[in-house]
Amino acid sequence: MSRRIAPVLAERSDDPRRAINLTVNGEAVTRDVSTRLLLSDFLRHDLRLTGTHVGCEHGVCGCCTVLIDGHSARSCLTLAVQADGSAIRTIESVAADDGTLHPVQRAFKECHALQCGFCTPGFVMSIVSHFEEAGTLDLSEDGVREMLSGNLCRCTGYQNIVAAVRRAAELMGRGGKG
Amino acid sequence: MATRGFGAPVQRTNDSRLLTGGGHYVDDIPLAGALHVAFVRSPFARARIKRIDVSAARAHSGVAAVYTADDLGALDVEMPLLIPHPCLIGPRTQRPLARGDVHHVGQTVAMVVAVDRYVAEDAARLIEVDYEPLPVELDLEKAIKSDAPLVHGDVKNNIAAHFVQTSGDPDGAFARATHFTKIRVRVERSTAAPMECRAVAARYDTVSGELTVWDGTQAPISVRGGLASLFGLDEDKVRVIAPDVGGGFGQKVLLFYPDEILVPFAAMRLGRPVKFIEDRSENFIGSTQERTQIHEIELAATKDGDVLALRDSFLHDTGAYIPYGIAIAQVASTSIAGPYRVPNIWVEFKAVYTPTVPVTPYRGCGRPHACFAIERAMDQLADELGLDRFEVRRRNLIAPAQFPYTRQGLLFADGLAVTYDSGEYAKALELIAKEIDVAAFRQEQATALKAGRYLGLGLAFYVEGTGLGPYEGGHVKVHPITGKVYVNTGLSGQGQGHETVFAQIVADQLGVDPNDVIVVEGDTGVFDWGVATFASRAAVVSGNAIHKAALKARAIVLEAASNMLEAAIDDLELVDGKVRVKGTDRGATLAEVATATNPLRYAFNKAAQSATQFAPAARHDGPQLGEGRAPGIEATDYYAPPHATWAYGVHAAIVEVDPGLCSIKFHRYLCVHDCGNMINPAIVEGQVMGGVAQGVGGAFYERVEYDVDGNPRNANFMDFLVPYATEVPRVEMHHMETPSPLNPLGVKGVGEAGCIAVGQVLASALDDALKPFGVAPFREVPLSPNAIFEAIEAAKGRRP
Ligand code: FES
Ligand code: FES
Repeated sequence: MSRRIAPVLAERSDDPRRAINLTVNGEAVTRDVSTRLLLSDFLRHDLRLTGTHVGCEHGVCGCCTVLIDGHSARSCLTLAVQADGSAIRTIESVAADDGTLHPVQRAFKECHALQCGFCTPGFVMSIVSHFEEAGTLDLSEDGVREMLSGNLCRCTGYQNIVAAVRRAAELMGRGGKG
Repeated sequence: MATRGFGAPVQRTNDSRLLTGGGHYVDDIPLAGALHVAFVRSPFARARIKRIDVSAARAHSGVAAVYTADDLGALDVEMPLLIPHPCLIGPRTQRPLARGDVHHVGQTVAMVVAVDRYVAEDAARLIEVDYEPLPVELDLEKAIKSDAPLVHGDVKNNIAAHFVQTSGDPDGAFARATHFTKIRVRVERSTAAPMECRAVAARYDTVSGELTVWDGTQAPISVRGGLASLFGLDEDKVRVIAPDVGGGFGQKVLLFYPDEILVPFAAMRLGRPVKFIEDRSENFIGSTQERTQIHEIELAATKDGDVLALRDSFLHDTGAYIPYGIAIAQVASTSIAGPYRVPNIWVEFKAVYTPTVPVTPYRGCGRPHACFAIERAMDQLADELGLDRFEVRRRNLIAPAQFPYTRQGLLFADGLAVTYDSGEYAKALELIAKEIDVAAFRQEQATALKAGRYLGLGLAFYVEGTGLGPYEGGHVKVHPITGKVYVNTGLSGQGQGHETVFAQIVADQLGVDPNDVIVVEGDTGVFDWGVATFASRAAVVSGNAIHKAALKARAIVLEAASNMLEAAIDDLELVDGKVRVKGTDRGATLAEVATATNPLRYAFNKAAQSATQFAPAARHDGPQLGEGRAPGIEATDYYAPPHATWAYGVHAAIVEVDPGLCSIKFHRYLCVHDCGNMINPAIVEGQVMGGVAQGVGGAFYERVEYDVDGNPRNANFMDFLVPYATEVPRVEMHHMETPSPLNPLGVKGVGEAGCIAVGQVLASALDDALKPFGVAPFREVPLSPNAIFEAIEAAKGRRP
């Protein structure tokens, strides 16, 4: 291909921008962001935390689940500016610093609860939030499936994810009914 | 390694990375300064483009380029017809950007490249396109009438292909038969809906002249060949990498989606990396779909249920284009007799253009359709003859002694006569009958009915031709520093667990832990011979190629170690990453053997000393690398299957129907399946369970709906209902292992198995459950609460 004169390109859009301050995985972050930037894009593109995935951008699949101030949330339905002042946790923060997997992650591995892995961070975040929030876990088949009902997986058929939730409860000494 | 890798439920070797957010899907590849793409897509199913005005978009701040067909030069062409076949009539394929006419809602008309996707979408909205809408016909049966509006002006009656195949003497058998059963069944439009939509990124290096393309494709090598040819580049200057891919299920193999060409094109033009990350709504209108077929199937039998012949005539909806030729219809037509002898077959299909998203194979690829047609017909035959559904099947199954069982005259997707290689069909049927305990269920059903609850038993048998050629390769290399084993093949994975099963195969031959076998696939920069991932073929074709390469590598290790250790080859064993003289502690690590087999001048580390010219281990007469020898431990081999190998299985379910809410609930779902020797039972189960879930979607929830004007009505996850965990049943799995006689590992494919039978399982369960209402058999999938409601109403006589 013949060499052309390099085109003049703006480095970024003319969108109105705003500074935000938040904590992401325990680290303080200050950034200037476009006011319409989705939190998912902010995490993935601006902070390069690409473990948070985007499967639908309309709140159905749960791939983009992160914890905002301890509660699971769809980062595709949240603007980055809305997260100003909050504490975000993403999949990158779940394992220990030395790489030791969180019991939920370990259980996923043991139970073959992932295939392509695209939905996996969303499942893990949402399960972690259930484990952190709930008093008594309902570990019956229906109870676990209900717990998982905010996330879509196209590969596994869910059965091994159900098994992984129970295994994680066992590893964490979290009994429950069922 | 004391235990054998092959056959063990080894934990996957890649999972820790994926579980901690360390996956590298296309959009995760860091490309500094990347520009982003958005497309203008046709809002009409059929229209003529009168004018496109891109001036406002070009002037928009942050826009790098806007392209229409006029800007594409040599790329403004129809994309290749991938699988030509003589029965195709005027085959038409997609173009990168529309020229003149558009043929489906979602067709790409213009492309914007901008600093980010937000701006690209803003600019796309500024592009004005004047369309002159044209009439459409969405109904498959009306579309082939002579007065129907045409999708392509020069393709008469919208018929893209017409093909007839015959096996045996169907006319003679029909003349002899004493009982005839004829039904009509319909399978609806659906889509693969992988959780990761499609994605392409490209970077052009002006210094080296290399084009690198990251493409979430199932066919990186084929994409590479196609791109090199379109751009007139040397193949070695184009590197296509399929990194982690979030599911494919067939949708991610098409040469080419518009973006697969235009993203590299723009990257070369603009001198910046460019990305296209498809969003979910685009996946519904821009990425291929599958499924619609209408079959009229007729069985010719004896009074005791022996099926002598079948005739099947069907329409296959190919959407706006037919880039994949007749692949789906051909698989459906040649799988039509299922596991049954049926020695005489006549099967005909017409592939029909409709102004909808183009159709290419989606997990199952014609098999779910064929299974639904033959199995519904077998149920009907049983009912008509007063036979039990299990019994009518029992009487027609191919017996073990009859393998190989060839259907002369029916050419499968590999161009060869259908030949089932092995199986224990009757045993599988008995096993499921026993597990479900039919007699006990009948009692339970009767008791439930008294309490006003409606339970039904569903049953389906399927076969699956897997492991198609032409070939794949395997490359095995022992790394001299770490002793780790590197393995490559040309096809790519989308979550199936290739890296683990291929590692298991190699680990057995080289005596290492599967975690020390590093599999890199789907990168043409690493290994570039091979074809693609489709038709449940990776384990069969790449698996056997890798096995053969591993055997060669093992022979090299043994020979070299025999010299080093001064022991006979027969006295050596490969265990725990070492070659050992049996019964002694004398041995050498794989790394040491790999180092010693590579004659060196410079001792860059301690182990390397043994391979330098004055070291005792390297001393011998003549050149240090013997004539005809290669350095190191490295081997490549290829496997080309003689023909497809046929897996099979039986599914059964107990389903409760609530006739008030018209809802369903699976009480049990059972699956007996046989994919030959299993490399990793945990992975096999995962494949089957995932397939069943996708099948449940296709049986009750997922249907891509088009209105009469050809607008998709549910192109999003709110309205197209992919099942959650709450809708998918627990699967009770039973394995059988009848080795394939066709390949060294004795394996058959399993990727598509799970989804094939589910439509029939549910339809037959509903028939059974709603018998007290006297409903007519269900003959369309997906079923729905509406379908149940209408069936009950019709039975009550309130509706015709
Ligand atoms: S990407 Fe956020 S819910 Fe699907
Ligand atoms: S593992 Fe692929 S979508 Fe869940």
